[in-house]
Amino acid sequence: MKYLKLKSENIKVFYKDFQALYDVNMDIQEKRVTALIGPSGCGKSTFLRTINRLNELIEGTRTEGQIYLDEEPIYEKDRDVVGLRRKVGMVFQKPSVFPMSIYENVAYGPRIHGIKDRNRLSEIVERSLKAANLWNEISDRLNSPAARLSGGQQQRLVIARVLAVEPEVILMDEPASALDPISTSRLEDLIGELKKNYTIVIVTHNMQQAARISDYTGFFLNGHLVEFSRTDELFVNPRDKRTEDYITGRFG
Amino acid sequence: MLTNNTREKLIKAFLWLSGLIIVAILFIIIAYIAIKGVSAINLDFILEAPRRAGKEGGIWTTIVSTVYLTLVSLLIAVPIGVGSAIHLEEYALRRSWFANLVNLTAETLAGIPSIVFGLFGFVFFVIFLQMGWSIISGSLTMAIMILPTITRTAQEAILAVPAEYRENSLALGASKWQTISRVVLPSAVPGIITGIILSIGRAVGETAALILTAGSSLGMPGGLLDPARTMSVHLYILAMEGISMDRAFGTAFLIIVLIVIINYLANLSLCRMSQVSRQI
Ligand SMILES: Nc1ncnc2c1ncn2[C@@H]1O[C@H](COP(=O)(O)OP(=O)(O)OP(=O)(O)O)[C@@H](O)[C@H]1O
Ligand SMILES: [Mg+2]
Repeated sequence: MKYLKLKSENIKVFYKDFQALYDVNMDIQEKRVTALIGPSGCGKSTFLRTINRLNELIEGTRTEGQIYLDEEPIYEKDRDVVGLRRKVGMVFQKPSVFPMSIYENVAYGPRIHGIKDRNRLSEIVERSLKAANLWNEISDRLNSPAARLSGGQQQRLVIARVLAVEPEVILMDEPASALDPISTSRLEDLIGELKKNYTIVIVTHNMQQAARISDYTGFFLNGHLVEFSRTDELFVNPRDKRTEDYITGRFG
Repeated sequence: MLTNNTREKLIKAFLWLSGLIIVAILFIIIAYIAIKGVSAINLDFILEAPRRAGKEGGIWTTIVSTVYLTLVSLLIAVPIGVGSAIHLEEYALRRSWFANLVNLTAETLAGIPSIVFGLFGFVFFVIFLQMGWSIISGSLTMAIMILPTITRTAQEAILAVPAEYRENSLALGASKWQTISRVVLPSAVPGIITGIILSIGRAVGETAALILTAGSSLGMPGGLLDPARTMSVHLYILAMEGISMDRAFGTAFLIIVLIVIINYLANLSLCRMSQVSRQI
């Protein structure tokens, strides 16, 4: 049953001279939710962005170590990054819809990957919006501008846009940070649905949220992965004193 | 000593007056030209070819030449300008020597007076490349003149596109060029059009550089290698050689009308495109 989807091996990331991550080793299981927690600036986003090689867009960053996706190393000279990012989708902290219609936003990925047939595109758009629990609210105005949607709807649209590419892994960087409590709980339900088909890695500042939705949790501090284990163990029986201090709210 | 309150009022009055002066100047110029020019204008003046060096007939050939020359200049300058803007903003490493060089060149080009470009165009295109006084010599010279404006405004427009769009697109597995052509450029179109409008104004208004490169023949240009006289050149010659002041004003008025029409059309396409691309 258990299958190792992603494995990070001694990942180090440098922003110019500043080292943001120190030898991070993590095993991420398929079709599970893995939560990354830790105080601000400890390197959670940086780690997440090593998985789809997004850090290299920033001039002056350097990544050492290796990440394996399905046992294939992703930090290889001739690795096809576009193909990697098709398999590893990402939902950013701030929902950023493209200045296009709702339909075009979702169809963007499939179009990029060469699907031209209108019927097929419509099918994909509908399926993705349904999977993201947005279809019922907006099915009658697919051609209206995406920017007119509410923040919570935009976040689900962004998720639909990722799903339309049919990734295997979904990275989420604090996807609920801009949402109200109702939208947040809907998003959590959605994550519960998605994990049946996708491997999810999610950064969150909300420890109750991590405890509710994740199967595994990693605690980062100052660029180190201090503790990584099953969520129930980490929150009930933290092995490291620093983890305990953090989850009991003694600092951070 | 003035109290704070009075000083505040004086400053306000001064600022208001400055605004009023600008409006008044513009209004007086347009009104003056309209009053002097309208009497010369009728349908024949617009649609007939000039006769006897412009003393008789209309200015139709100069209107055609103006539009022709401006369009060719834009066809040359827009792809190069937008292309170099894309290179500078999306591909060049920040502060690479080549990016610095291109930036510096664009800045320097922008500061050179048009007559110097005219002289260069005359020596290089007209004589050395043997293009003669022609639409193509004039357009190439004009293209060099407007290139900095187009590059700069396109650069600013591209820079203003939120970085998140790029990250989101790349994270969906788009290549860099797909990201630029499908997300970045459509969002930058309004800014790019602003640069084009400014450039059109410059091309329509240019005289000296065009006399040196496109010539001042009053005939109807049939092709790129034919000489041409634009409306501004015509206006200059009518006034300078004392051919007809009325007709000079008539031409001036039509230049203003042409600029207004072009701005209107550009704004229209701007609205249309930003509805597609921006959709607030
Ligand atoms: N582009 C960058 N250039 C230089 N340093 C950076 C850059 N991005 C992040 N850092 C630094 O790397 C460290 C880790 O940043 P990261 O964004 O991964 O933290 P985080 O855990 O996601 O924080 P938060 O919870 O606030 O989002 C921080 O000290 C940050 O200042
Ligand atoms: Mg972060």
